[in-house]
Amino acid sequence: MNSALVKQETVTLWKKNFSSFWSIFRENTMGLIGLIILAIFALMAILGPYLVDISILTVDGVTQVMHPPTAGYVLGTDDLGKDILASVIIGSRVSLLVGLAATVISMVIGTLVGIVSGFYGRAVDTILMRITDVFLVIPWLPLMLVMAALLGPSLGNIIFVIGITSWAGTARIIRSQTLSIKERPYVERARAIGSGDGHIMLHHILPNVFPLIFANTVLVAAVAILSETTLSFLGMGDPTQVTWGMMLHFAFSMGAVSFGAWWWLLPPGICVVLVVLGFTFIGYALDEVLNPKLRRRDQ
Amino acid sequence: MNMRGYLGRKFVQALITIFIVICMNFFLFRIMPGDPIRVLIRNPKISGEALERVREQFGLNESLLHQFFIYLKDLFSANLGTSFNYRQPVLDIVVERIPATVMLVGTATILSILIGVVLGVIFAWKRGTRLDVIGLSVSLILYSMPTFWVAIIMVMLFAVYWQIFPLGGMGMPGVQYASAWAEMISQLRHMILPTVTFALILVGEYVLIMRSSLLEVMREDYMLTARAKGVSSTNLLRRHALPNAMLPVVTLIAINLGFIVGGAIQIETVFSWPGLGRLMYTALTNRDYPVLQGLFLLVTIAVVGANFCADIIYRYLDPRVKS
Amino acid sequence: MKLLEVDNLTTYYKLKEGYVRACENISLQLDRGEAVGLVGESASGKTTAALSLVKLLPENAIIKAGRIMIDGHDISGAGEEELRKIRWKEISIIFQGAMNALNPVRRVGEQIVEALKIHEKISDKEAIRRTAELFDQVEIDPDRVREYPHEFSGGMRQRVMIAMAIACNPKIVIGDEPTTALDVMVQAQVLQLLENLRRERQMGLILITHDLSVVGETCDRVAVMYAGQIVEDGPTEKVFSDPAHPYTRALIAAFPNIEGERNLASSIPGNPPNLLYPPGGCRFHQRCSEAKAGCRDIEPAITELAPGHRACCHLLQGRVKV
Repeated sequence: MNSALVKQETVTLWKKNFSSFWSIFRENTMGLIGLIILAIFALMAILGPYLVDISILTVDGVTQVMHPPTAGYVLGTDDLGKDILASVIIGSRVSLLVGLAATVISMVIGTLVGIVSGFYGRAVDTILMRITDVFLVIPWLPLMLVMAALLGPSLGNIIFVIGITSWAGTARIIRSQTLSIKERPYVERARAIGSGDGHIMLHHILPNVFPLIFANTVLVAAVAILSETTLSFLGMGDPTQVTWGMMLHFAFSMGAVSFGAWWWLLPPGICVVLVVLGFTFIGYALDEVLNPKLRRRDQ
Repeated sequence: MNMRGYLGRKFVQALITIFIVICMNFFLFRIMPGDPIRVLIRNPKISGEALERVREQFGLNESLLHQFFIYLKDLFSANLGTSFNYRQPVLDIVVERIPATVMLVGTATILSILIGVVLGVIFAWKRGTRLDVIGLSVSLILYSMPTFWVAIIMVMLFAVYWQIFPLGGMGMPGVQYASAWAEMISQLRHMILPTVTFALILVGEYVLIMRSSLLEVMREDYMLTARAKGVSSTNLLRRHALPNAMLPVVTLIAINLGFIVGGAIQIETVFSWPGLGRLMYTALTNRDYPVLQGLFLLVTIAVVGANFCADIIYRYLDPRVKS
Repeated sequence: MKLLEVDNLTTYYKLKEGYVRACENISLQLDRGEAVGLVGESASGKTTAALSLVKLLPENAIIKAGRIMIDGHDISGAGEEELRKIRWKEISIIFQGAMNALNPVRRVGEQIVEALKIHEKISDKEAIRRTAELFDQVEIDPDRVREYPHEFSGGMRQRVMIAMAIACNPKIVIGDEPTTALDVMVQAQVLQLLENLRRERQMGLILITHDLSVVGETCDRVAVMYAGQIVEDGPTEKVFSDPAHPYTRALIAAFPNIEGERNLASSIPGNPPNLLYPPGGCRFHQRCSEAKAGCRDIEPAITELAPGHRACCHLLQGRVKV
């Protein structure tokens, strides 16, 4: 009866939003560059194990340790003789995965809190916002470090820690958007015909907040990847996993800096920077798409 | 006028936040998996009796709530516990390292704000030119780099390859200096690289915000009114544009405080700078929980306090903020 | 000697695609104590013309031609230095008050004192005293000089703007839609205030508006602008009672009459032309109900229908009204 129509309306709403959005996004050079960068790294992550012979990563005691790039070892070797290029490629997998998983957690919590808080207002809003404020004020790195230290260095824990400390900003943004959408005519109409709260939030507020969520997700992803890298570097990462952050951690602890082993220290960092830039570019492009005032003007 | 009401409100909010943090601090450390006592005593061969005695001593046999009150009581008598590693009161250890961090962070922040604002104004002025584009790109790239990585590159470049600056530390320990002056010079030499690195990390954001803020302000109607009045270009910038454009920058400074703490930890670690950041790193590696707990609390309180000050300053700068 | 004489002012805006011909051959005159209304739709070039007088235009604006004389003194070639002295002292502007014409982070009194100190060598104390006096004249409590713009209502803010505009005793005041954002009662008060001040100080007033009723109330003469050109100008009464240009007629017809029959106000079909590529001939021909063949190709010349009443329209050729 009604639900079929509503479902169809929602689908059309999603489709319409997406196509108008894509046509504007296409025009933006920055966004496209970002997309390309991320596509390259995504490929690297997915195809990683197939591109690289895992055996390269086993220590065989034969290869020279801490050796600058030579034939066969494009990026040189680390302190155990492992090929750095291979490590970088393999490491992309976990680095990106952790970043994305943490982002998902963060976005889910942030969106939930934001929409519920904005929608219900009053007491619920005040309490939720107080909690959000606390999380916003607490310096992120000490909090993450302490939690990681307490929970123990495993991949799951890291993902959890990053996700649970970075949702506050999103919550704020989504909440203010919800506040303005709440006042719009179609929401009032839905209420007038007796739709339930959950229904309104899911079918009216969420689709309209979605573009904002999308833009925010990208930026949160950039921060998540930076966070994992930093956590791993400071020793709170999972030592059994190869990630760019862990590579840097070992490099630093093994004295690569005073050794001058740039081939070990630069590549993982450069990868992180590129991925972060990729997300940031896309974020800027999305910003322009969502906020027409920011688009290039001639005057 | 409404300042007192505004101040009062913000102060109460800050207190509430601090209290929540205190609670969080306590419960966080109690929720850790594993028997707390086993962590306190690293010796696995300790007898059951001795273990029981230590439990009594640390009040770990009491209920959680009771332990919480003991914790609060200790806090109010400025007792943050004893370090596992150093066997000294946490408070002393922390206070000892405050000057080093304040020197580093303070100088770097001031530097980055000054340079950031100036560059932001220049780039806004020369909007669209090659200088502007290059400046923006560099700022963006710096902003995307992990802090510790920038520090590593700086060390490699300036201390390993070109041996201009020392590798780290705050001065050479155990060295006898010819004079207090020489000692100060040595300290300065050690301070330059970490400070510059830190400033580099921070500056990018200030440039970006200042530039976009100024560009927006220049478009406002009151700028046209001021021009129509015959205000000189210098005063247009100084008395009309900047006071309005600086507002987002002040907000940014407040927002950045948390980030600065994170940055300090990373930079002090890479440069072996004997401050609070390095202390946190060492405490982490050694699982020195009392130090971690104390540091976390103090650092958070400092950030909340700084945010409060920023709120006051902002209110002073922007009369539109109502209570 | 006229207070203000503008001859053939032409201002363009430079865009990537070409030039926007915002003002073409604008000629205006103003006498001491006289009020001239400049009416037209949005983007007809009214504001551009006014701002061109003191060269307060954005960076991409170019004044292609025109002579501007204040009290016989030609300022069209004036450099930035000289202009800065002329601005506010000889010609001041009352902007559309709205939210942002006053600096939000400075006290209103300070902003007026600033204007005074730029143009006159007086002490701070004197400037403050004069500011309080000005507030008195515009009927605001002088104690409020220490308040900030956001603490005033829309109407009060406009009064502050007026006080600031007359502070240096300018010869000419330009009001750019000064009452548009206000409700009718406040509008009437503000207009009355302007009227009084004008008469007391014998200022020349150029009132830019799209509201014909405002012009009818306050202006001695009116110039009607369309698509960057003045299509008709003359004494207000004459122009309103006997409009010569089809556009003026349409404009008047578009205004609902509060007395008389209840007729639906008629609007003019179509849109104003894109001034990047203005139409050839008469710029109004596409929307004119009386357009003839020649209107499309030839630009109409100025016809003087009576002393002081002129219009640009082919239909008036040969018809000189007495």
